Amino acid sequence: MPHYIVKADLLGKTFPGAKRNEPNVVFENVNFRLEKGEFVTCIGHSGCGKSTILNILAGLDTPTSGCVFTDGKLIDGPGLDRAVVFQNHSLLPWLSALRNVSLAVKAKWPEWSDAEVHEHALKYLEMASLTQALDLKPHALSGGMRQRVGIARAFALETDVLLMDEPFGALDALTRGAIQDELIKIWTETRKTVFMITHDVDEAILLSDRIFLMTNGPQARIAEAVVIDIPRPRDRGEIIHQPGYYDIRNHIIDFLVKRSKELSGSVRAVPLSEVQTENEELVYPPDVNPIADARKSRRRTLQSA
Amino acid sequence: MTTRNLHAGLLSLTLLIAFLAVWHVLTTSASHTAAATKLSSNQIETLEQKGMPKADIDAYATEGLTFPQLDQIAGLGLSREEIDAAGGIQSFGFTTGGAAEEAETGFPSPAQVWREAKEQIFDPFYDRGPNDKGIGIQLQYSLARVLTGFLLAITVAVPLGFLIGMSPLWSSAINPYVQVLKPISPLAWLPVALYLIKDSEQASVFVIFICSVWPMLINTAFGVANVKGDWLNIAKTLEMSKLKTAFRVILPAAAPTILTGMRISIGIAWLVIVAAEMVIGGVGVGYFVWNEWNGLNLASMIFAIVIIGLVGLILDLALGQALRLVEYKE
Ligand SMILES: Nc1ncnc2c1ncn2[C@@H]1O[C@H](COP(=O)(O)OP(=O)(O)OP(=O)(O)O)[C@@H](O)[C@H]1O
Ligand SMILES: [Mg+2]
Repeated sequence: MPHYIVKADLLGKTFPGAKRNEPNVVFENVNFRLEKGEFVTCIGHSGCGKSTILNILAGLDTPTSGCVFTDGKLIDGPGLDRAVVFQNHSLLPWLSALRNVSLAVKAKWPEWSDAEVHEHALKYLEMASLTQALDLKPHALSGGMRQRVGIARAFALETDVLLMDEPFGALDALTRGAIQDELIKIWTETRKTVFMITHDVDEAILLSDRIFLMTNGPQARIAEAVVIDIPRPRDRGEIIHQPGYYDIRNHIIDFLVKRSKELSGSVRAVPLSEVQTENEELVYPPDVNPIADARKSRRRTLQSA
Repeated sequence: MTTRNLHAGLLSLTLLIAFLAVWHVLTTSASHTAAATKLSSNQIETLEQKGMPKADIDAYATEGLTFPQLDQIAGLGLSREEIDAAGGIQSFGFTTGGAAEEAETGFPSPAQVWREAKEQIFDPFYDRGPNDKGIGIQLQYSLARVLTGFLLAITVAVPLGFLIGMSPLWSSAINPYVQVLKPISPLAWLPVALYLIKDSEQASVFVIFICSVWPMLINTAFGVANVKGDWLNIAKTLEMSKLKTAFRVILPAAAPTILTGMRISIGIAWLVIVAAEMVIGGVGVGYFVWNEWNGLNLASMIFAIVIIGLVGLILDLALGQALRLVEYKE
């Protein structure tokens, strides 16, 4: 049995609604597990509660029901065992790129000397190709560079778990591609467990081991986990020619366009009998492998022909 | 940009010259009109009853002799020709509306102020007894009071502002007092301070303290309360202690707002010290202005007013410079 480093059990979040007695149940009964070293992305329509889930994992928000664990410990607040890349870079504007990273390093290892802190921060800034921009303040950096400082800061903490909320949301396609490459490089070197939110299907396929697909809110949930077993290392230009790439892509697009709405609100739309259950209450989203499924159905059509 | 600055500078200079010119013209031509005394019809009647001819009265009046003087001349019982033959009214001990008297009561011209300024600037620290000290000494006292009160206010306002800004509970608890105390004129505290402290020096420092504490307190609380949630989240995910968060994140984030509060405070303090010193007396620029007015040394008074403006400007520039050091662009 694999070691689950992150576990979310029966997670639910309810906000007071616009009208009295009509609370806004953003999501409920959300269960998932992340394996150590796994790269998982989460896709879903705007407002389905992705950021809320990530913030709960970060310890910056509390669930209305259920709980989350890292490494078997209950999460009851933010901690240095999880690093966060925030949606809009979130750098401290009065500190240079280097100081932004070393502030985090110093917080994690207070006993280190200044030289050690500096060296460590430098290593990760180099990894993010920011050697030219060490002494620049965030306002003097381009959007892509700011994002990379944020990523360098998160990776420099060398936590087992990395949480990223649409880290490339505000970037143009070219910059985005370059930073994706950077991210793949750093992740390959460090093999951290990553939970990332994105709206970009191709980005998700390129980066992920599994992709969580969320139904529309309210009462959203993770409907399924798409397994991406395209071999690594993956290359941005090459991956679209991989067999099955479009099977995956079509499956996800189909989900986002049609099924996310059809399944919305219907808790336990997936029959209990079809999914493995650890205990009766926890229904984990079923793993779906569109490539294997496509192959199977192709074989079936061949046989019937 | 630089050409605009140049143009603005030239325009400023032109305005200054125009202002000085108007001032000069008004004050120098005033000395002619002031020389002619305006007599009321009652006064003329009185003089005529004493036997002075109307033509003589008009002639004396244009020379600038005042009614009491004319009254005395009329009392002599001599005609204008007889007086002129005896060597003019000066020989009887009367001074016509001359320059000597004019310099003391009339509004000084720019040149007179400049002469006064030169004297003061070349010897700013002279000390000739309690009511006659140089402008330098006066400024020393005033600045010492302002800076003491201001620094005291910082030590109270900044920590208290942090408390209010960081805790909604304390904010709600303290806010009513701030709202009531803030609009009270600082000078209203002066009698209270004088009664309680019984030392005019410390009382003036207290007045400065009380007037500079509010802008700093309010700005600090506002700056601290409005630190971006994103930045606080960084501190949280880094497990920073409350104290560390305060110094590493909140203080630098709120510093521009806090320093803006300080800048407002020092401006108000400099306004208030002049008024406070006028009331308290002794020494200081405020008292100096009041004292020169009482002694009718108007040129010296105007010079002191200009100096007050310049020192206020320097204080503001100093804090503006400090503000630049902590400002950041987002
Ligand atoms: N502080 C709040 N008070 C009330 N409702 C909230 C609050 N924060 C979030 N919500 C609700 O929770 C829902 C989910 O918000 P969340 O930010 O998690 O969405 P998301 O999936 O990240 O969307 P997006 O893709 O647009 O970022 C939204 O419908 C929103 O109305
Ligand atoms: Mg979001």
